[in-house]
Amino acid sequence: MMTTINTDLLTADGTLNIDRIREDFPILHQEVNGKPLVYFDNAATTQKPIQVVEALTAYYLNDNANIHRGIHTLAERATAAFEATRDTVKTFINAKEREEVIFTRGTTEGINLVASTWGLANLKAGDEIVVSAMEHHSNMVPWHMLAQRTNAIVKILPMNDAGELLTEAFDTIITSKTKILACVHVSNTLGSINPVKQLIAKAHAVGAVALIDGAQAVSHLDIDVQDLDADFYAFSAHKLYGPTGVGVLYGKRAILEAMPPYQGGGEMISEVSYESCTYNELPYKFEAGTPNIADVVALKAAIDYVNSIGKAPIRAYEHELLDYAVSKLKDIEGIRLIGTAKEKVSVQSFVFSDLHHQDLGIILDKEGIAIRTGHHCTQPLMGRLGVTGTSRTSFAFYNTKEEVDQFIAAIYKAIKLFR
Amino acid sequence: MATINEIQDQIIEDFGLFDEWDDKYAYIIDLGKKLPGIDPKYKVEENIIKGCQSLVWMVSTYKDGKVYFEGESDAIIVKGLVALLLKVLSGQPAEDVAKSDMYFIHKIGMEQHLSMTRSNGLASMVKQMKMHALAYQSKTV
Ligand SMILES: Cc1ncc(COP(=O)(O)O)c(C=O)c1O
Repeated sequence: MMTTINTDLLTADGTLNIDRIREDFPILHQEVNGKPLVYFDNAATTQKPIQVVEALTAYYLNDNANIHRGIHTLAERATAAFEATRDTVKTFINAKEREEVIFTRGTTEGINLVASTWGLANLKAGDEIVVSAMEHHSNMVPWHMLAQRTNAIVKILPMNDAGELLTEAFDTIITSKTKILACVHVSNTLGSINPVKQLIAKAHAVGAVALIDGAQAVSHLDIDVQDLDADFYAFSAHKLYGPTGVGVLYGKRAILEAMPPYQGGGEMISEVSYESCTYNELPYKFEAGTPNIADVVALKAAIDYVNSIGKAPIRAYEHELLDYAVSKLKDIEGIRLIGTAKEKVSVQSFVFSDLHHQDLGIILDKEGIAIRTGHHCTQPLMGRLGVTGTSRTSFAFYNTKEEVDQFIAAIYKAIKLFR
Repeated sequence: MATINEIQDQIIEDFGLFDEWDDKYAYIIDLGKKLPGIDPKYKVEENIIKGCQSLVWMVSTYKDGKVYFEGESDAIIVKGLVALLLKVLSGQPAEDVAKSDMYFIHKIGMEQHLSMTRSNGLASMVKQMKMHALAYQSKTV
């Protein structure tokens, strides 16, 4: 398997070579409604560099075979490529062992896996599940479902109006009744970076386990699951410049080993008879059936790409874009910025007193600008904020200040049309 | 009163005057702003056509074989689109509404709003209005 590593994505002074980087994203070079596309919906999904598309194509053109079964050359190559991604992910999140990296369909499946295996095995009536006020439905609904099945109770960590969790409330919510804490690392709606290390320590202090929804964190922050001491950490490849249909669930070995399997089928068993079966070892115990081999293989190319730029320069640049955009947004009459936490990533939600987010979204689309409008799969949070939805812009490292200017100009144009 | 298709043709002709999308949308926005809201007492759950993004309320009455619609939305463009649908379908014979073909939506370049944001697109509004008409029809047969 060949993956090209780029050495020219950074300039001599260590900042991003944006023109060069944009060449790797052919999708950005198109017009939408006669205007140059401005893609500011990166929190929904990121675009894929050509290296990821090439890895995907190369796999199907050269290496495709089912993995872990055949003894022929293609099967060995496919298996090696698949397992190479596991090693890359292990390093990427600093897991202790490669067996702690389980491939899933995405964040959602990872969380559901934990809720329905660990959750059903460990929760009983009256036990408490703690989530935050800013969870994505993916980290809310599986716990509600689990609570309904076990008569456990879901408790909410409150936040302030800026979108910061109230640390002073941690000890009253996380108690000896808490069995699992499930919290989002970075809010998809607000951009807030939550103090998950502190939360995990609180959970452990009361004997609970902690799951972190890292869907929005992995593309911006350095992730060290050992330093965080997370018991579970879930994310999706498609928000990390990788393909759709693949995600990762990290879990600590001891916990994973004690858990019952999720789905039954091929790959996850060690011996099967007509009467019973024994389960395979980690990570295969949780990877029943033929996995999404090609997309797992391509995930490696995405991580390699991000690594070849580096998270620190990515963060610095994305923050520059965010600060620039916020400085322009806050001058617009009637705007309310939603999500103003001190610690945040390059995501900004906003509402207007007299302009519906859907109306704004339609006009921005006419101007070639893709943002997300609506509740962002965080309906409880919308209720907490007292809005029905927001407009959300989210920046990636391939975006530019010129694009921000185009975006701001389009907002003024929309306002003129409506006021 | 003009028939459904006569009204559609008139709308298509009106929209033919606009060269730029801005003008088209400015017109729809204006229609949205001018559409009188429905009585708040009808803004209840069962009259909502729910979607991901905005709310649409649609109510109807039936008199002498004809269906009269009233509608509203919390978003202006959608409200303007509702105004167009009301213009075409409100006051028409139930039978005609039920079997109508809303071809003007494509002809004026609003087809992107047909399936927009899942269930509250124009398509589901039209479907909802036809269902009202069918219900009145079956009551009278
Ligand atoms: C914070 C957060 N959690 C979970 C998810 C769900 O991710 P996926 O749909 O890839 O499973 C998302 C994606 O929108 C998200 O932003």
